Amino acid sequence: MISSSFDAIIPMLCVALAGLVVLLAEAFRGRDEKMPIGGLAIIGLVGAGAASILLWNRNATSFGVVTADNFSLFVNLVLIGVGILTVMFSSQTIERDGIPAGEYYAVMLFGIVGMMLMGQATDLLVIFLALETMSLAVYVLTGIRREQQQSTEAAFKYFLLGAFASSFFLYGVAFLYGVTGSTSLDRIGTVIAAQSMSGNPMILLGVGLLIVGFAFKVAAVPFHMWSPDAYEGAPAVVTGFMSTGVKAAAVAAFVRVFLSSLEPMITDWAPVLWLIAAATMVLGTVVGVAQTSLKRMLAYSSIAHGGYLLAGLVAGNDVGKAAILFYLAAYALTNLGAFGVIALLGTRERANDDLRDYAGLFKSHPALAVLMTFFLLSLGGFPPTAGFIAKWYVFSAAIGSGYYGLAIIGVLSSVVSVFFYLRIVVMMFMTDRDARPVPAPITTVAYAGLVLSLAGVLYLGVLPTAVIDFAQASISTIF
Amino acid sequence: MDGWGGILLLAVIGVGFGIVSVVLSYFLGPRNPTPEKLAAYECGMPPVGDARERQSVKFYLIAMIFLLFDIEVAFLYPWALAMRQLSWPGLIQITVFFSILVVGYIYIWRKGVLDWGPEYDPDYKRPPKPGPAVVKRYRYGTRN
Amino acid sequence: MLALIPLLPFAGFLVNATMGRRLPKTVTGGLASAVMVVSFLIAVTQVWALAAMPPESRQVNQVLFTWITAGDFSLDLAFRLDALSAVMILVITGIGSLIHIYSTAYMSHETDADFGRFFSYLNLFCFFMLMLVLGSNVLVMFVGWEGVGLCSYLLIGFYYEKQAAADAAKKAFVVNRIGDFAFILGALLLVVTFNSLDFTTIALAAKAMPVEVTFGTLSLITLLLFVGATGKSAQIPLYVWLPDAMEGPTPVSALIHAATMVTAGVYMIGRNAVLFEHAPITLGIVAVVGAATALMAGTIGLVQNDIKRVLAYSTVSQLGYMFLAMGMGAFGAGIFHLMTHAFFKACLFLGSGAVIHALHGEQDIRKMGGLKKHIPVTYWTFVIASVAIAGVPGLAGFFSKDEILFETFLHGHQILWGVGVLTSLLTATYMFRLVHLTFHGDERFGAVADGHDAHGHAPQHLSTPAPEHLSTPAPQHSHGVHLHDAPAPMAFALIVLAIGSILAGYVGVPHALGGHNNLGAWLEPAFQATNCGQPVATGELAGIALEDCLPGEEAGVEDHAALELSLMAVSSLVAFAGIGLASFLWLKRKDIPAQMATQFAGVHKLLLNKYYVDEVYDATIVQPIKVVSQEGLWRGFDVKIVDGAVNGAGYFVSGVSIVLRLLQNGSVKTYAASIFAGAVVILAFYLWR
Repeated sequence: MISSSFDAIIPMLCVALAGLVVLLAEAFRGRDEKMPIGGLAIIGLVGAGAASILLWNRNATSFGVVTADNFSLFVNLVLIGVGILTVMFSSQTIERDGIPAGEYYAVMLFGIVGMMLMGQATDLLVIFLALETMSLAVYVLTGIRREQQQSTEAAFKYFLLGAFASSFFLYGVAFLYGVTGSTSLDRIGTVIAAQSMSGNPMILLGVGLLIVGFAFKVAAVPFHMWSPDAYEGAPAVVTGFMSTGVKAAAVAAFVRVFLSSLEPMITDWAPVLWLIAAATMVLGTVVGVAQTSLKRMLAYSSIAHGGYLLAGLVAGNDVGKAAILFYLAAYALTNLGAFGVIALLGTRERANDDLRDYAGLFKSHPALAVLMTFFLLSLGGFPPTAGFIAKWYVFSAAIGSGYYGLAIIGVLSSVVSVFFYLRIVVMMFMTDRDARPVPAPITTVAYAGLVLSLAGVLYLGVLPTAVIDFAQASISTIF
Repeated sequence: MDGWGGILLLAVIGVGFGIVSVVLSYFLGPRNPTPEKLAAYECGMPPVGDARERQSVKFYLIAMIFLLFDIEVAFLYPWALAMRQLSWPGLIQITVFFSILVVGYIYIWRKGVLDWGPEYDPDYKRPPKPGPAVVKRYRYGTRN
Repeated sequence: MLALIPLLPFAGFLVNATMGRRLPKTVTGGLASAVMVVSFLIAVTQVWALAAMPPESRQVNQVLFTWITAGDFSLDLAFRLDALSAVMILVITGIGSLIHIYSTAYMSHETDADFGRFFSYLNLFCFFMLMLVLGSNVLVMFVGWEGVGLCSYLLIGFYYEKQAAADAAKKAFVVNRIGDFAFILGALLLVVTFNSLDFTTIALAAKAMPVEVTFGTLSLITLLLFVGATGKSAQIPLYVWLPDAMEGPTPVSALIHAATMVTAGVYMIGRNAVLFEHAPITLGIVAVVGAATALMAGTIGLVQNDIKRVLAYSTVSQLGYMFLAMGMGAFGAGIFHLMTHAFFKACLFLGSGAVIHALHGEQDIRKMGGLKKHIPVTYWTFVIASVAIAGVPGLAGFFSKDEILFETFLHGHQILWGVGVLTSLLTATYMFRLVHLTFHGDERFGAVADGHDAHGHAPQHLSTPAPEHLSTPAPQHSHGVHLHDAPAPMAFALIVLAIGSILAGYVGVPHALGGHNNLGAWLEPAFQATNCGQPVATGELAGIALEDCLPGEEAGVEDHAALELSLMAVSSLVAFAGIGLASFLWLKRKDIPAQMATQFAGVHKLLLNKYYVDEVYDATIVQPIKVVSQEGLWRGFDVKIVDGAVNGAGYFVSGVSIVLRLLQNGSVKTYAASIFAGAVVILAFYLWR
């Protein structure tokens, strides 16, 4: 029975509406007229956030394919946070880089709609639709600085490979449909559970292909190769946006598909994801050590963080599920903050993302250096920051499910990863300043964004209980 | 292996047919190549110049936009046929869908995508003087 | 109230970190010292209140809030004051205050900004250290554990203009991370085993478990925790960072690398005493590692020429003693030595700082000598501390060291006892070598004291470009005639610590000498799994807890009095022998050490180069990792690098664009190939299973 209630899509509608308004505003904007377009975007996002909070515990569904259970609402809130922070950082950078504000924000908002749909969809085809909506927006954002070859090249690579990976995903959906006769997650779940299908080769193929599709979006090894290029080529704010938003959305859908309808087959997919998670953590960390470009370094770092997230997925227990949600929130705040700092230090001509560009930052921009230090410490998992608690949960989830090896690899790689985060801190605090292009003074809005991220990072690190409870309440409704 | 027999057979036949036909034509077909035979086929005319000519990007834009609005129509037809069953929710949905496209339409209109000539383009900027083409290609690897 | 003890230094840190660069030195230094002193006073009142309680229920808990919950597992951000942490907070705040006061004078040559930075780091360190010892569960301890590591790193690299300091900081951090890795794993394993991280809960649960004769879970947990401790407390194999850490300012060496942070590992074992007692295998390893470290560091200390490095190796060696005690299960003895060591080693380091200060940065003891009459306060305090560390009867080191040796002998480990005695001889020898070369004999410093550098820079580093604040001319001295003795704040700290070096031992006078080993008795409840101070959680545990609350019998103490006395005589003789040997070799017959150095050139070189451990680590661990990361994985997996290499070559080839276009295509292909290969592997896995 198909419900035609619109409730569940209200958050998405808010954001989409904001996107349309932004687009219209841009259309009627004079050539050099300034408009508070970012403000419009934020209004839409806040509206979506309010809607998400109002929908809490209501378990609304729309059209039988979109749900607004607590899990997806939690993801929504993370995504909205990502969106708001991105807008705040962008307010400075898009003007500096000469990016048309309306197009940029509109595409970003549509991307967020796709991401939200990804978390809310309960049908494989709708997930695919969401995946494409999100991806198209992100491809465009990656290449939005058309005059930069690096940017366009990155976008093109990302697009080609993304299309390639999407086809795997679609193929996987086709197999699952072939076996179960449905693309609805509930239906697939009941069919699989009813007929103990874990030996069926068709369904295994389907699961394998779905893993490929999701792993690509999460940038897990060996499907990660696009990400350093795309992350480095995209404007820094966009990199922050896609390294957090896309990852959050993809992980949300990943979790929903694998821990609800495919949960009966956990013994089939867990070993594969175990290996992927381990490889992702190790490779992201080890290769990250050798990087000298900050964006590239953090690209590898976010690959590694994808690995930690997958470790929570492999664990598959209640702690793991809550840990994934908490990790998403912690990681989003931290990584966005870090990329925000990088973005604010760039100039139109040069990204200023080389390690050497950070020499003596503490002397020239003490506040930025301190903020960056906190973000890096959180990425490295230092107590008492959000990153530490997040990792702690993921690893204890892994150990709780008996995956000692995975936990050891995770701890080891997070220990090693500190080396490259530390190199940046060393550069900022312990070297003297070289001559480098001076970025424009940083606006209050952008600073507020950074401080907001920092507040979040510390809040999640010192008082994580509220959010953890929230995360636990979120997972309890669907799995 | 029960589920696999059919797939295997299909794969074998599919791949086998391709290979067999290529191999057969290689061995059976007579070959007397002449320059004319090896040249690209252009409607019987002798080939002149590079086949890859530059087209104005406007054509692509128009083509893309046409595609978008064409699909809109493709959606409207089935809706019109099932209008009674879909009732009010259907009407709302199609209206939402339609208005999104309208916003897009306004946007491209205002941005001058539909203006063919530069004189109507409010955002037109004089292109830089043609100089030697910039061939310096950016490669990431050089930075590391 | 308890929370105020760490929070006051934190407040000091906040003020100095945000406003330190704009405030005058008197304010920043005064504030930083004041918060420490107040914190110390609060600590004293708290401990006083604790002492008023009956011994079995000496425990004060303060829960700030619930930190982490997951299912039935929950963890509070909570502080706990008991007998053990009481000793630690007194040491940290007390000696910390003195070192803060000392630093106001020692660091006075720095610019306002650097001065503020220094004190903010120092306050932050004290905050984390107090978190570490007051934390009521492993995770709060870990916060402190990581925090002190971070501060130590910042403080070692304080003179970051100096390459050696930056390298040393990095090394300290890297080595500590290896230890932390084990520590986290140990903590995670604790969660799995006990579903709790609270020390009391763990201890109660562990007590109910059988002692592990063979290697089991408890052994693994404790071993992992101990590996963590070897990192923080500079034991084999992770001790290499501590001598290098001497690149930091001298007060830092005194506070962090002698008195407090490096003892965190010892404290951690004491905190988890019950756990370790149930893992005798680990305890054996702890004892052997401790003894080996003590001996090894002692031998290295014998030939070093940098005044601070001698002290650094001495610290490593003394920490080895503490671990030996812990390994014997003599936790009280270990903590006792920790406390006395904090006094005399801090005094020695601060004294060395005063020497360096007086000589404007000279650290090479071959270029000192005869300083006795120039800087008498420093001299006398230094000598007192040296006598104390050497183990001369009547001073602090004697009592604590003796208790360790006695316990070792009592547990039937004669070989380890022998190692301990030998180390004791070495300690006395190298300490008095240091005293003689620094303060006695000829004055050898006149020619070298020109470097206007009161910042602990060794002369060989002076060739590095001097930063601005170093190039300001220091007041001119007529060298060889008049050197500054320690200014008042420094002298104050030195004198107090010297008094402490004499008296600190009297809290633990052994029964054999008619004392009551008050400290041991005070600490004893902390090493038992008792729950008497707070409501018992579950009925099952209540029985155990009640049983423990009964006062234990003091059997067997008298029986060993004769043995203890004779052992004491031995170690006293050893101490005097060491001092005598040092005096003979470095005062009377100065030619002999040189002769020995040439005669046993191999051994001498081996010791001088610290057994080449750094080189071995570099060759076996550091370089391979570098190669793997930079050459292997980077090149193998990051295709862009391959592109880059070919790209670079491409410029030498004509038709650059063609090559590049081909490569351009190629890289996306490679990426796609990687995706495809991954898919094939996954699918193949499912098909061939």
